[in-house]
Amino acid sequence: MTPFTSLTAPVAFLDRANVDTDQIIPKQFLKRVERTGFGEFLFFDWRFNADGTLNVDFELNTPDMAGAGILVAGKNFGSGSSREHAPWALMDYGFRVIIAPSFADIFYNNCFKNGLLPIVLDDPSIELLRSAASGERYVLTVDLQTQSITDGKGIEIAFLVDAFRRHCLLNGLDDIGLTLEHADDISAYESMRPSRMPSLAGQR
Amino acid sequence: MSAKTMFQKIWDAHIVRQDAGQPAILYIDLHLVHEVTSAQAFDGLRLAGRKVRRPELTVATMDHNVPTTDRSLPILDQISKKQMDVLAANCAEFGIELYDLHSKRQGVVHIIGPELGLTQPGMTIVCGDSHTSTHGAFGALAFGIGTSEVEHVLATQCLQQTLPRTMEVRVDGALSPGVTAKDIILGIIGRLGTAGATGYVIEYTGEAIRAMSMEARMTVCNMSIEAGARAGMVAPDDTTFAYLDGKPHAPKGADLEAAMDYWRSLPTDAGAAFDELLTIDASTLAPFVSWGTNPGQVSPITAFVPDPDDEPTESDRASLVRALDYMGLKPGAPLNGLPIERVFIGSCTNGRLEDLRRAARIVDGQKVASTVKAMVVPGSWEVKRLAEQEGLDKTFLAAGFEWREAGCSMCLGMNPDILQPQERCASTSNRNFEGRQGKGGRTHLVSPEMAAAAAIAGHLVDVREWMAKS
Ligand code: SF4
Repeated sequence: MTPFTSLTAPVAFLDRANVDTDQIIPKQFLKRVERTGFGEFLFFDWRFNADGTLNVDFELNTPDMAGAGILVAGKNFGSGSSREHAPWALMDYGFRVIIAPSFADIFYNNCFKNGLLPIVLDDPSIELLRSAASGERYVLTVDLQTQSITDGKGIEIAFLVDAFRRHCLLNGLDDIGLTLEHADDISAYESMRPSRMPSLAGQR
Repeated sequence: MSAKTMFQKIWDAHIVRQDAGQPAILYIDLHLVHEVTSAQAFDGLRLAGRKVRRPELTVATMDHNVPTTDRSLPILDQISKKQMDVLAANCAEFGIELYDLHSKRQGVVHIIGPELGLTQPGMTIVCGDSHTSTHGAFGALAFGIGTSEVEHVLATQCLQQTLPRTMEVRVDGALSPGVTAKDIILGIIGRLGTAGATGYVIEYTGEAIRAMSMEARMTVCNMSIEAGARAGMVAPDDTTFAYLDGKPHAPKGADLEAAMDYWRSLPTDAGAAFDELLTIDASTLAPFVSWGTNPGQVSPITAFVPDPDDEPTESDRASLVRALDYMGLKPGAPLNGLPIERVFIGSCTNGRLEDLRRAARIVDGQKVASTVKAMVVPGSWEVKRLAEQEGLDKTFLAAGFEWREAGCSMCLGMNPDILQPQERCASTSNRNFEGRQGKGGRTHLVSPEMAAAAAIAGHLVDVREWMAKS
């Protein structure tokens, strides 16, 4: 996994609650068998009009949000389908940090597996960022080492993140490798598992 | 020993390792795989030179983008075909049992697991699909995972998990005629909202749940994720054991006795504490219908489209305006009588035999309205076979429904079964998100009975009045 230490990048604001993964990456783009190349389809049904032209009314399509690396979103971001294509699309588009008042469970988890940092901030802090940006191009620095968000103009917000997840993200650790360090424990568990448990052995 | 919830018992029984300050490493008893969320996981294994640790605890099927038309015809969508071919190649390479398009056991992954008897009480079950919660109906801990975790389970047969909180949802009382398990779960999601159970595992308890068949319990557990829950569960009882009896992979003889000892030990101990409690009185429920763009936006069929001006905050108001605009609905309009153009009966929520039976009872001897295109998509090949044995296909066909092959179909419209922009659909599926059933399509989530009645009437109806008439 790509490590994440800190990022200084422009911010995009998407002021909508309950943005589901069907919106983040619509199902017609789930047919690829690779992890890459999903960025151009991010928020597809919102970004583009029915005739394929750019929807200029959509938040992310305004010029000052171009090149954004940090997305500030509404509550319950990433609800619905478990598709990991959602974090893949967000990262491929250029985002490395998502800030929201709350996230859906599976999405939140999927972010960490890909080096995308989801940050939970309370509503007042998000409001503070929104008003500081006041519709202009706005740059933030997100530092995972110090767990802080700063704008270089006086705003400094601390955020919380699970210590183990932070450690994995800072070091770009591979979860599977970590678990396999305990292969002996897995084998020991398996030797105790009752043989009556369902198995597909002998089906093929 | 202190009193434990069923969830805690299953969790504890599956801990391979727990280090302080780290997630637990949990053993996974059954891993279900489908074509959309697995390709990149198999790729990851190959890149790292890893194997599937326990191929015999892994089973794959094709469901999400399979065509539901004649299986002997070639697949026209080449990209879908490639995804299915890649799954077949991966299963062959890694030694995984696959129920492909032509298998008599093919079907929606959450329908075939229970059908095969692979889903059993006390197990941990995962799948790269959020509706894995369905399997919790058997008293299993079952939840959806992302593709990186699919790869993790393939490689290690384990998952790293942090301990969720627990919520008891107690459904007391008895359902009135015409009100179903689907209405209970829509009612619960309406109460909790789409994030109300985030971080929780729900156990459904109470008289109404105990009175339910396994299929109805699956409908309830299936939609737990729509309230944000990690998983939903129902304690196993004689209904569960009777369902499992004789299923292909269910234990037999001495194994069954040993299994039963474990299964009977699973229900939550008296006095065990949940972190949250929600109670619902089933007898007060009416049939529910969704009117918005998430499954929390539901009301009884007797209600009216809500007014954004009644919302507490500006942002709630704005999102309601957006939802109603997308759905093409006016505040204050009655839900009963809303014209629809499409009907979809199927999905892992309501695509099982009992669902089809109940819908067939409504349409028997009637005709689908001339303004409506209606389809039934059995959840699995086996559901289809059993339904045809009972002649349900004839009932639906005679009424003017299409009778399709098994798959996810219009639940998410990855195959050719989709809504056109602005088409309004009464659907027995589980998600009414924008574009879920096709870009611009308008989904109203309902029970199979409600969907069937809407197909005949040409508009949403209160199925209770409908049943009184016929
Ligand atoms: S039927 Fe719908 S919800 Fe169920 S697995 Fe298929 S796409 Fe997902």
